[in-house]
Amino acid sequence: MNGNEMLFVAFPYAAFVIAVVVSILRWRRHPFTVSALSSQLLENRRLFWGSVSFHWGITVILVGHLLALLVPSGFELWNGAPVRLYLLEATGFALGLWALFGVVVLLARRFMVRRVQAVTTPMDIVVLVLILVQVVTGLWIALGYRWGSFWGTAVFVPYVRSLITLSPRPELVEALPIVLKTHVLAFFAFLAVFPFTRLVHIITVPLGYLTRPWQKVIRNRPEPAVYHPAADRTLERVP
Amino acid sequence: MRVRAQMSMLFHLDKCIGCHTCSVACKNLWTDRAGAEYMWWNNVETRPGTGYPTGWEDQDHYKGGWRRDDKGRLHLTLQNKPTGIARLFFNPALPQLDDYYEPFTFRYGDLFSAPAGEQQPTARPISMVTGDEMEIAGGPNWDDDLGGSQVYARNDPSLDGIDPDVRSQLEEIERVVFNYLPRICNHCLNPACVAACPSGAIYKRAEDGIVLVNENKCRAWRMCVAACPYKKVYYNWSTGKSEKCILCFPRMETGQAPACAHSCVGRIRYMGVLLYDQDLITAAAGAPETELLRAQLDAILDPWDERVVTAANAAGIDDGWIAAARRSPAWRFVKEWGLALPLHPEYRTVAMMFYIPPLSPVVATIERNLTKLDLPAERVDFELFDELDKARLPIRYLANLFSAGDEDVIRAVLRKMLAVRIYKRRQSVDGVVDDATVALLASAGTTPQEAEDIYRLTTLPTVEERFVMPPYHREMSIEAVNDPLRHKGAAGVGYVTPPRRGA
Repeated sequence: MNGNEMLFVAFPYAAFVIAVVVSILRWRRHPFTVSALSSQLLENRRLFWGSVSFHWGITVILVGHLLALLVPSGFELWNGAPVRLYLLEATGFALGLWALFGVVVLLARRFMVRRVQAVTTPMDIVVLVLILVQVVTGLWIALGYRWGSFWGTAVFVPYVRSLITLSPRPELVEALPIVLKTHVLAFFAFLAVFPFTRLVHIITVPLGYLTRPWQKVIRNRPEPAVYHPAADRTLERVP
Repeated sequence: MRVRAQMSMLFHLDKCIGCHTCSVACKNLWTDRAGAEYMWWNNVETRPGTGYPTGWEDQDHYKGGWRRDDKGRLHLTLQNKPTGIARLFFNPALPQLDDYYEPFTFRYGDLFSAPAGEQQPTARPISMVTGDEMEIAGGPNWDDDLGGSQVYARNDPSLDGIDPDVRSQLEEIERVVFNYLPRICNHCLNPACVAACPSGAIYKRAEDGIVLVNENKCRAWRMCVAACPYKKVYYNWSTGKSEKCILCFPRMETGQAPACAHSCVGRIRYMGVLLYDQDLITAAAGAPETELLRAQLDAILDPWDERVVTAANAAGIDDGWIAAARRSPAWRFVKEWGLALPLHPEYRTVAMMFYIPPLSPVVATIERNLTKLDLPAERVDFELFDELDKARLPIRYLANLFSAGDEDVIRAVLRKMLAVRIYKRRQSVDGVVDDATVALLASAGTTPQEAEDIYRLTTLPTVEERFVMPPYHREMSIEAVNDPLRHKGAAGVGYVTPPRRGA
């Protein structure tokens, strides 16, 4: 196994296994530790600019990446006309800048606000730096290696699909420039640290809220459906 | 009719001396931990005042509780479901730590380690969040006893609707009036915190109505903190979990009253079962403002009614609970005597902790000129009884607190309390109850027998009469989830899992 295979085959699989197994273990064994660990109570104003920008920017971009993976043909079709390609790329770039602004504010807040410092763990910094690397390399690719949404479907999608179908083809990404490789590797690193950090809150997004009833009542034993006087008499007969 | 049981606490405000023993008992038991220092699951406020967190009743600011639309449907003031999800990243209505106060301690070590010098060493205050030196700018009872202050009392939202002249009088030093308002979680029938929790981590226990946060399911979305109109759900900044008053359920399950109630020096607190009809909750929460109180009281069921008992049995409520509901001081004060009211029913959460409103100072209320002092002493009571609207604490203020603005409800309660007081005074001081007093009792809607009962439970109750604890039968409940023998071995002091902050 050469270096390329290590990085682009072994590492992603290892990261994926870690992400899944540790997340499940943590969820089941230490549910108390699964939390978004909000620090809004301690600091509000910077969090607004940082958290809102970052979360919305990164979420939409992630969905975009996911769509490219799921329906690459759709992307190719869309990008058939240059205007639409520019529109897509400009939107993506703007979202990326938005996320970058957010993550920088969040990172600065971690260092500058004393109250937030008090609840900052090393892992918080690791996570923010990883995301920063991800966003910066993403923007760099968008600027330096145009047009990513156009060639990405031909380069990355087959590679990721090869990983998913368990027939990895690392040679697809072997010759890519270092920035692109960093972007990919940083994602796998992100996967690997995911279950050890507050990032686990991503998989707890409470979409069930949309459909559940407002109130929640819990009984320690089920409510008897119908009253059975006969059942009571049986109880009385017990010596 | 589907019957459920609710453990209700009753606060006799006329007896509260504002000593904060309840708060300290609670703090020592439950919130003496990192991240929880600023929380006071039980707090005592001076009224009129801004309370804790500052100005919590200002729902335009904090967005707590429910609102009723033109068609009579209920909506959370904070959010609908999609906006609840959209605001996960930032909750605009979340109170800030400074709305409560920055928790502090003192560097006591300096008192011992300071080098010899001219001055006495001092213990500097330090923040319990950052550990830095700080200037203390607030506390959980920062406006203690500051009734009449222009900084705190003037900003009390419950003074809205009071005549400006009366308001300005409240700030005159001779007319300053205040009372205390102890507050815990209201363990509502229609809790806004439960409805606002995106994770579904908060729930109401059917067996006794306690509202709890499942710490293992809480994900720090912190909507509950904003949605609770009483601001009685707190966010633990250290563990990243929401916490709230648990009504001392571990104590209640072993037959003890909650710590705040048990430690109460003035013996103002009562604890008892109320049976209620879960089918009537929606009606109680959604009634028009003028009928809110009536609708809530209608949902509370008579434990002496055979139909209620049958329905309660059918719902799995055992006879021990029904017996406790019959002796419940909550039942007597709330329904039988109509003396106790919920706090801010207009929030529509159907709060289930009840308050007996305070009587104002007796003499000063009728002190309009010096000639009043010539009144024979026994007339003084009658003067107040007949002229409640001149009471030192405006009726309107109490109505804003306890009856969604309905002054007649407050008048009826105060008149009854005064009637009992006058009756007992005639009886014990004069030795005779004259016809005027009996007539006065009747005009207050009560009888000598009822007055005697009210007097007895107000003034002379034993611990067993104040705290009528139902049998929880946890040994039977636990079988559903755990091996009783294993459970027995595991019960005790300590954590099931240590509340350690996740990464």
